[in-house]
Amino acid sequence: MSTVFIALQANEETRPIIEAIEIDNPLAVVNRQPAMVKIDAPNRLVIRKETIEEQIGREFDLQELHINLITLGGNVTEDDDSLTLSWAE
Amino acid sequence: MTVAAIKEYVGVPRDRVENFNGKQLVYVSWDHHLLFAAPFLLCLPPQTTFRELVEGPLSALVQPDPDAAAIDWTKVEWLKSNQPWTPDFERSLADNGIGHKDQLRMRTPGLASLSAAA
Amino acid sequence: MDMKVAKKKLGLKEKYRLMTRDLGWEPTYRAKDEVFPYVNYEGIKVHDWDKWEDPFRLTMDSYWKYQAEKERKFYAIIDAHAQNNGHLNITDARYLSALKIFLQAISPGEYAAHKGFARVGREFPGVGTQVACQMQAIDEIRHAQTQIHALSNYNKYYDGFHAFADARDRIWYTSVARSFFDDAMSAGPFEFMIAIGFSFEYVLTNLLFVPFMSGAAYNGDMATVTFGFSAQSDEARHMTLGLECIKFMLEQDPDNLPIVQGWLDKWFWRGFRVLGLVSTMMDYMLPKRVMSWREAWEIYGVENGGALFKDLARYGVRPPKGWDDAEKAIDHMSHQFMLGLYQWSFGTSFHSWIPSDEDMDWLSAKYPTTFDKYYRPRWDHIRKLAVAGTPFKNFGLAKLCQTCQLPVVFTEPDDATMSCHRETEYKGEKYHFCSDGCQHIFDNEPEKYVQAWLPMPSLFQELNGDIGAWMNWVGLRDGEDNGDYSGSRDQRNFDQWRGMATSNT
Repeated sequence: MSTVFIALQANEETRPIIEAIEIDNPLAVVNRQPAMVKIDAPNRLVIRKETIEEQIGREFDLQELHINLITLGGNVTEDDDSLTLSWAE
Repeated sequence: MTVAAIKEYVGVPRDRVENFNGKQLVYVSWDHHLLFAAPFLLCLPPQTTFRELVEGPLSALVQPDPDAAAIDWTKVEWLKSNQPWTPDFERSLADNGIGHKDQLRMRTPGLASLSAAA
Repeated sequence: MDMKVAKKKLGLKEKYRLMTRDLGWEPTYRAKDEVFPYVNYEGIKVHDWDKWEDPFRLTMDSYWKYQAEKERKFYAIIDAHAQNNGHLNITDARYLSALKIFLQAISPGEYAAHKGFARVGREFPGVGTQVACQMQAIDEIRHAQTQIHALSNYNKYYDGFHAFADARDRIWYTSVARSFFDDAMSAGPFEFMIAIGFSFEYVLTNLLFVPFMSGAAYNGDMATVTFGFSAQSDEARHMTLGLECIKFMLEQDPDNLPIVQGWLDKWFWRGFRVLGLVSTMMDYMLPKRVMSWREAWEIYGVENGGALFKDLARYGVRPPKGWDDAEKAIDHMSHQFMLGLYQWSFGTSFHSWIPSDEDMDWLSAKYPTTFDKYYRPRWDHIRKLAVAGTPFKNFGLAKLCQTCQLPVVFTEPDDATMSCHRETEYKGEKYHFCSDGCQHIFDNEPEKYVQAWLPMPSLFQELNGDIGAWMNWVGLRDGEDNGDYSGSRDQRNFDQWRGMATSNT
């Protein structure tokens, strides 16, 4: 098992995104550090457009993530509906 | 291959002895005395005697170490290019075979005030 | 017929195809080899450039939109910082030393990376690659500019910021970063991608920007947090590009594996040596610390780097050659480096200091196996010398490593009481190294590294050892920019202004 992670700035825009990630990834662990939030998960983490839209109540383009993204670890796969981080098992 | 290049490529060394205005570099370090963070870089004429190197810049540089006063320079063990070696204090660097950019190391068994207990 | 048809929004994949690959063309009146003359000499074999795909599928139109948004956020905070006496809100002016090193050593590296990506974007034949490199070239110049701009506010009030560009070119402790980028920029396009995309972005920036910027937040420095996180939001894309480039080379031809592995070995070690500066900033220069260098290494080196190499094992890649030596150095490097910076502080454009009792207790808690055993006795002795009125200054200058150009402050991997002595002879000249890693790099390409401009020998070559003339030349004002923090003008000003800011007298 390897850990994938994503780190986002801690701000009002990312709060619902982090909530959406927690909903979609029951195994994710959220670490709150000064000014940032780092989310770790075993092998795979998925970020879904639909879940974020449910949290924020508007349309969301997944590429908006770039604005508040700090760093990530894992291979990235992105399409219109989701962004997945994964390591080969 | 000595460098990845699209054609033959020869580098020119920047720190050849002729660039040092008649002097040469000598590096000196004192084993197990790491109060001094790195080997000393000295720039001296090759005619300098080994005694002048020791009693001049080297003695001054090692002063801050608590072992400095206890050094018996007649008993110091020397290494040159990491091999045991004996200097002649009265002869010059050149005559002692100390070339440009040679590294000398001194060892003082029994002196290790600031070194971790083994 | 002017019936309006609602335009269907393009899907991500379709948009990426239209805005990248479809912008390319095949040359007709010149051979491809003439148009892209540097893509073959490194030995990397590519059969199908269309297999290169940016995992983020970012296209230029979206790129501008999101970057503009990042800039707006950045300047909102920078303005607020300047308007609200941000220079007085930091925990302590000692903290500024970390920023000065950052500005002198790292920000010019961003600019070098910009130049490098502008070049390789032209040298690679694949359109996906060209577009990604173009974005990264613009990102890197944005980083250099926003960092310089953010820190310029401190330059109005504090010493050591004013001559960062000269410091980058001429001073000694910056040459580790300068030589890293010079080495990368004088390599071929594929090696450049490993140097920056893998080593700088993957190995370095996580360790540099993430815990350090979080540390800046802890120390009340909103300006740095902002440029740090704003830059790092691009780094996520850069790392992904670097990783994509590695996978692309490995998937294109099995003959590429040994070349790629050699670069991973080399650039891991070069990056690790630059981290010597970062480790010291984290362990010694943040008055309020978020995590130790060791703890940061556990997360971003061991855990994340380990995961990366486990993942790449499917291509036959093994962890870099210097990995074990790096692990052995983690608990020593920040202490060895700070001891050096302190004793040569007459020649640094920032202040250093003897750690307080509280600092030393923190260091021994974070480094239980090494700090009290090896480093506390040295600091205690240095403090005794300072109290006696004979502060420790090492005027011996230092032997530098021919490859990484750092003073040789490092010890044998298995004996922290012994300096690491490595030397070799090439065409009748002697060369010295700080480690096996740096010696291997030299041995592979001696014609490249014999040319190194080493700051300390140059002081004797060009200025006959005249330290005063050297200070003028590097833009260092003696008695203002350099020396111990205790008694410095930065300390006096910070204390006085902070007093004025919090009282009416």
